[in-house]
Order: sequence, then structure tokens, then C-alpha cells
Amino acid sequence: MGDPHLNPAEYDFIAARRRTEAKAKSAAEKLTSLEDAVGRVKDGDQIGVGGCLFSRTPLALMREILRQRRRGLTLARNLTCNEGELFMAAGAASRVMTAWMSIGLPWGVSKILRHYVETGAVALEEWSHLALGLRFRAGAMGVPFLPALTMLGSDLVGVGGLKTVQDPYTGETLAAVPALFPDVAVLHVHRADRFGNCQIDGYPHMDADIARAATTVLVTAEEIVPEEEIRRHPDRTIIPGFLVDALALVPFGSFPHECYGLYEADYDHFEGYTAAINAQGSRAVTDYLDRYVYAPANFVDYLDLFGPDRLRRQHALARELT
Amino acid sequence: MTFTPSELLAVMGSRQLKNDTTVFAGVGVPLLAAALAQQRHAPQLTMVIEGGIIGPRIKPGRLPISTNEMRAAHQAQMLPAITDTFLFAQRGFLDYGFMGGAQIDQYGNINTSVLGTDYWHPKVRLPGSGGANDIASLCKEVIILTAHEKRRFVPRVDFVTSPGWVDGNGSRAKAGLIFGGVSRVVTTLGVFGFDPETRRMRVEALHHEVTLETVRANTGFELLTADPVGITAPPTPDELQMLRALDPDRRFLS
Repeated sequence: MGDPHLNPAEYDFIAARRRTEAKAKSAAEKLTSLEDAVGRVKDGDQIGVGGCLFSRTPLALMREILRQRRRGLTLARNLTCNEGELFMAAGAASRVMTAWMSIGLPWGVSKILRHYVETGAVALEEWSHLALGLRFRAGAMGVPFLPALTMLGSDLVGVGGLKTVQDPYTGETLAAVPALFPDVAVLHVHRADRFGNCQIDGYPHMDADIARAATTVLVTAEEIVPEEEIRRHPDRTIIPGFLVDALALVPFGSFPHECYGLYEADYDHFEGYTAAINAQGSRAVTDYLDRYVYAPANFVDYLDLFGPDRLRRQHALARELT
Repeated sequence: MTFTPSELLAVMGSRQLKNDTTVFAGVGVPLLAAALAQQRHAPQLTMVIEGGIIGPRIKPGRLPISTNEMRAAHQAQMLPAITDTFLFAQRGFLDYGFMGGAQIDQYGNINTSVLGTDYWHPKVRLPGSGGANDIASLCKEVIILTAHEKRRFVPRVDFVTSPGWVDGNGSRAKAGLIFGGVSRVVTTLGVFGFDPETRRMRVEALHHEVTLETVRANTGFELLTADPVGITAPPTPDELQMLRALDPDRRFLS
């Protein structure tokens, strides 16, 4: 089995609390460029990634992290899609903490996942979906662990180093799911005001917990709306501005992944991407990085690679479903 | 009417679901089976999908390929955060967990993580648990739908991703899993249950024209048999038509 990967710094709620207390929690303007926002990411950081699989993935932020050539990162994301493959192939991530990784059922088991994990180049630390969610939630709550009834009796216990706790009231044995306090949260939302008050439509996924658990919070938004619009529907706000360190306006910031109600995931793009991997192996991902990540000077140039017709089509498909 | 192995699985799976219940369904054949049950004999069944969906309406021809995309949320009644979705199961609100399996053993344990003995240097890395471990741990009863192949039905899985009865007898409860457990394994050859004492897998019923010898030849461990072993009724034209209407492109049924 090998050694479990649990790192005490991950659940150190006292240190996490002190970091938050020491930080400015300002209601000031957070709007900046994508490049400036991502400048806050350091080599070796543990990054909590919002969205889930190919839904509301903060791809613009992740692409910029790759462009700034950060190294030794850990990605923590509940279900990991091809953004995880890009981080593996770019040599940016040495560890991926997730419950599941591949693109989706029609494309089978990821060959890139297989290559990097089977050769030992990248460690894949697997937690159950709920356990990873509870790690973020414990972090969001500022406690070192949460009791739970999941993951017990499985071999996943020995992977992440899950411990058990005896309930002081009934005496039952429970999983003690350790907190996770990521260094950085990267999130994509539907709308925010310039102060970083964020609203999401559709699936909430785990974004609200990840934002509260992390030390530094970076957000991209499909739309920056006037302050009054947020104040008109405050019940829709899931992240208050004082949590947010940097905010950038990036329409289609999850593309080719989906953003609920705005654009459906581009399955044709996934099809071409996986076909190239099936033909050329991990070389295809290196080429993809050159074409889609490193070459385009900015996100607008990146979207031009897909073209306006494709973006319009994916928008229309989303409207049919919501 | 002829049918494919996937159609057989979906129909036999759907018949396991009773009315006035809730089901935590994986995408693909489990979701189709749940949708079929809802249309046919269980109109008061609520489907829950792990990406954060309660009560979706499946749009024919736009079947989801993941548990958390717009297609899965179509006309849903509620979209909770993912953690909260699983907590409905932990609280005891989910009657059935309905899932597929890569490798399964005689105690109903499932492996979707790694093939080989060294987790950190696996022979084959598989996608992982997703919510399967949680569904197997937290639902009142777990039903597994899978193709019946010798390479899948092994004496002991290389890695327990999702616990069934663990090592049999009382070992599941001893590990802290107080609730639930695998009740049924529905395959392309028959319907299987577990001995109430030892918790080893046993044949409950064979599908039409399948023999016990065929089942044994396609299983990598010794199977117990219920007394008597039943025979399932083949899928009816009615069931097949409803099922095919849900997946007109035959994305999951071919």
C-alpha cells in the first residue's frame, strides 16, 4: 500500500485561523487582470479548484497558472477532468487530490492519468467524493475534522491516512475526516460586483466551502454587475467580497467546460482532444498545451481558436436545457 | 423482441426499485433503469444524482454523461451543493444506491481505483471512487448493475474502493459501517444476493435461458445458490419501448 499522504499542515486549524486573522479582509475593489490575480500563486501551493469535472471549472485561472509556469503544485478537486491532465503533462502538479479523474464515461479511463500515475511521476491521492467535500467543509468551519459515516472499511482509508474517532456520546466509531485548508482557491462564478461579492446560478458544487477554507481566493466572473444588482438579490450571494483577494472579468472563463445556463460543455472538443491522445499518447497533450495555453497571448485569443460560431452554438444548447 | 445486454441490465435493474422510494443513481445504465422504473411501476420514485441534483426529468436524447452537467439537472426540483447531496444519504433519506462496478468480489466489494498490489505504483490506474464509496457506505441498500464477466468477478478485489460486506460475517459493521450494505447484484446473466450469515454472494435468479453452468464459468469464485433458484421474466416489449425512448441515440443501450 505504501505510506498515506496525510500532511499535518493540511488540517492545522490553528495555523489556518491565524493566517486568516492576519490577512486584510477588505471591502475594497478587487477587480484586476487575470495575470495579476494569478501572480499570487506560488510554487508548491496547494490549490483548491472550484466547479466539478467539466462544470464551471475555473479554466481561465488554471490556464494562466500554467502560463506563469508554477511548479510543484497540488490540485485538490472533487472530480478532476482534463485540466488535471494539462497540469500533469505541463509538469506543474506533482500531486492530485481527487475522488475521480478522467473526462467522462464515453471517453473511458484517461490515458494521461494512467501514464503519469502508473510511472509514479504524479501522486494521485484518492478520497471519496463526500470525504473530500467534508475536508473542504471542515476547513470552511475552521475545525480540524468532521465526524462522518463514510469511507470506513475501504482501502481508501490507507491512501489518505483517514483516522477514526470514538463518539463521546454513543461510543460508536466514526470517520474523522481531516480539514483541508488550501493555500489558494480558484473559482469561476456567473456574476460578481467589483468588490468580489459572488453569485452562482445552477449547481453550487463545493465553491462556497473552498472559498472559506482557503487562505487566498481568486475568482473569475462571466459578468461584473453594478453593486446595486447584488444588493437587490443578496440571498443569491454565496461568497462575500471580504473573502476575495482578486477578481477578473472573463466571459467564457470555463470554456470548453460548461457554465450553467450560459454554455454547454463542448463535447466535440473533448472528442478531438481524446482522439489525438489515442493516436499520439501524452505528446498530444504537449501539443495541446502549446496551442491552447502557451501560444494565445490572452483569453480572447484563446477563445478565437474555437471561433464565435462554436461559442454561439454552445450558448444555444445551454438555453435549451435551462 | 430481441435486446442488448445493456437493455437487459437496465430492465432487470429497474424492476428492483419499489414505488415511494428514493434512489441515488449513477449516470449511464443505472440512471436509465431508475428513469424506466419511474415511468413504469414507480411513479413516486425520486432520483438523486451525486453532482447535486434532486428529482431531475431525463430529457430523451440529451442523457447526461457526467453526474453534474446541465443535462443531468434538467427540470430538477433542487440543486443542492454536492456535500449536502451526500449528507441526505448519511441522514438515511436514500433507500437505494444504484451503481455499476469495474471489479467485484464474493462479498460485493467493488474496485474502481487500481489494479495491482501497490496503490502508489499501480499496474492500471482507474478513475477512482467518485461518489461510489459514499453511496456504498450510506444508502439503506445498494444494488450493483454490471456485465457478468470472469475478469470482473474475482475472489478478492485488488483494492476495496466501495465496501460491500468487506470480509463477510459482521466485518462491515465492525469497520464502523453501521447501516446499509449490498443487497443485489444484477448482471447480464442473473440476479444475485448474499447469504445472510456469511455474506457470500449467491445466485437468486437466472435470466431466461441462462444456466447455472454458464454463470459458474463466468465467475472467478465459488457461488452459493438460493433454494430455489428463480428464473426472471424476459424484458417485455413495453419495457423495451419505454427504455429506448429515453435513449434514442443508443448512447448507453447499444
